[in-house]
Amino acid sequence: MRMSPARVWRERGARYRLEGSKCKRCGRVFYPPKPACPYCGSLEVEKVELPKRGKIISYTIEYTVPEGYRHLAPLIIALIELENGVKVLAPLTDVKPDEVYIGMPVEATLRRVWEESDEGLIVYGIKFTPTTS
Amino acid sequence: MAKIDRHYDKGFQELVHMAVKNLVNDVKLFSPEAIVVGNMMSSSLFQQDSLAALVADAVGLRGRGGFKVEAACGSGGHAIAAGYALVASGLYNQVLVVGVEKMSDYPTATTTAALAQAADFEHEAIYGASFVALNALVMRLYMHRYEAKREDLAIWPVRMHEYGSQNPYAQLRNRITIEDVLKSAVIADPIRLMDSSPIGDGAAAILLASEDVARKISDTPIQIAGVGMGSDGLDLASREDLLNPMSIRMAAEKAYKMAGVGPRDIDVAEIHDAFTITALLSIEGLGFAGLGESWKLIKDGRFAAGDKPSINLSGGLKARGHPVGATGVYQVAEIAMQLRGDFPGVKVGKAEYGLAMNTGGVATLTTVTILKR
Repeated sequence: MRMSPARVWRERGARYRLEGSKCKRCGRVFYPPKPACPYCGSLEVEKVELPKRGKIISYTIEYTVPEGYRHLAPLIIALIELENGVKVLAPLTDVKPDEVYIGMPVEATLRRVWEESDEGLIVYGIKFTPTTS
Repeated sequence: MAKIDRHYDKGFQELVHMAVKNLVNDVKLFSPEAIVVGNMMSSSLFQQDSLAALVADAVGLRGRGGFKVEAACGSGGHAIAAGYALVASGLYNQVLVVGVEKMSDYPTATTTAALAQAADFEHEAIYGASFVALNALVMRLYMHRYEAKREDLAIWPVRMHEYGSQNPYAQLRNRITIEDVLKSAVIADPIRLMDSSPIGDGAAAILLASEDVARKISDTPIQIAGVGMGSDGLDLASREDLLNPMSIRMAAEKAYKMAGVGPRDIDVAEIHDAFTITALLSIEGLGFAGLGESWKLIKDGRFAAGDKPSINLSGGLKARGHPVGATGVYQVAEIAMQLRGDFPGVKVGKAEYGLAMNTGGVATLTTVTILKR
């Protein structure tokens, strides 16, 4: 896998702050952000920060994990519906596989996602954990 | 078609040569004016672009122009759509469409890393989500929403292996049981190894020709009656409904309309079952079953040999195999042979309309091709 500093910097909004897009025509909010609305086709959208809490709609427990992520195995990947109805796909962390269920309340947290090497680039991003309060 | 296998002794050119040699024997005058290649991973695994030139020299067609079409695992179907357009536009009278993929040279982790490029890198793969994991998430949602049990979803791969066992071109020719599926290794829960298509090498070729040329060079030409393409979000999060992929609906609608038929008219179909869940979404997206109904119909024995439509008599991606960028070309070749009556495996019997549906990603880029006898 290759990663460039420019790319990590360019993609920071969605990955660090859970930034999505809001369509200026139909008003729909979605994630990941895009320069056009996938629902009404409008080319006019604006950035919005999304709520950090939601619940799990579906998930998988990944046992065969790609190179570079094996220290995380088994890796749990979930589709989460945020409080405003927007969906986000992200890994879960600080939770055991047998504790996860559909409907589980979760909240976003910033974590290390991928490391190039001991001295290389580090990609950070949003992961979700069970809601604490 | 070449038998799908781990062909360690054959590269792209040898595989293509094998497939095209079979095709040349099928027509009276083999004289393609252009080449379209369906392939996904020549670039990511073999550092090779400019694939049409490699293919041209594999079959003595230097001089003929062409290009590669990439739509991940749906590359083959899209190559056919592109080849069809070249002929239908009147630009060429004969176009060779070749699907080819080499997958077995590397350790599985290397191949699956290249396959993962079918999904959204920026928002999915970067988190370590494998391609299997994304499909697994869809499968769990399906089982949850439609209250399907894990064992109900094991019927499909068992049936595919039964058909594959009778197809001389199939990669997996062993029969399996429901118990084998349920005991196989979990790759990404709830997807198990036996829900998944194997890694293999293959090449398939078809010759597209204008109607008058087709009648001159073949006694049994098969008509392409409908072609449709569709897309859904590259990322899963922004999709309207993960269980009702827009790409399949759009591609099917266009192809049915062009052919002037509907799902009830299709006698035989080859659909994209990279995973068991993909088969269910495909059957429903094509209108052969209502949303959430396909697993029940499969349990009732529907879509088996002799039913209308009979689906995946080749063994499907699960057993025939899935040399990703070549698969869509295999499917159309198989349907053409079914309509002609000379498919060497399980036969549909008398059939007028056939359908091939191929998709790349998690039903992200889909083609539907309808053939008529």
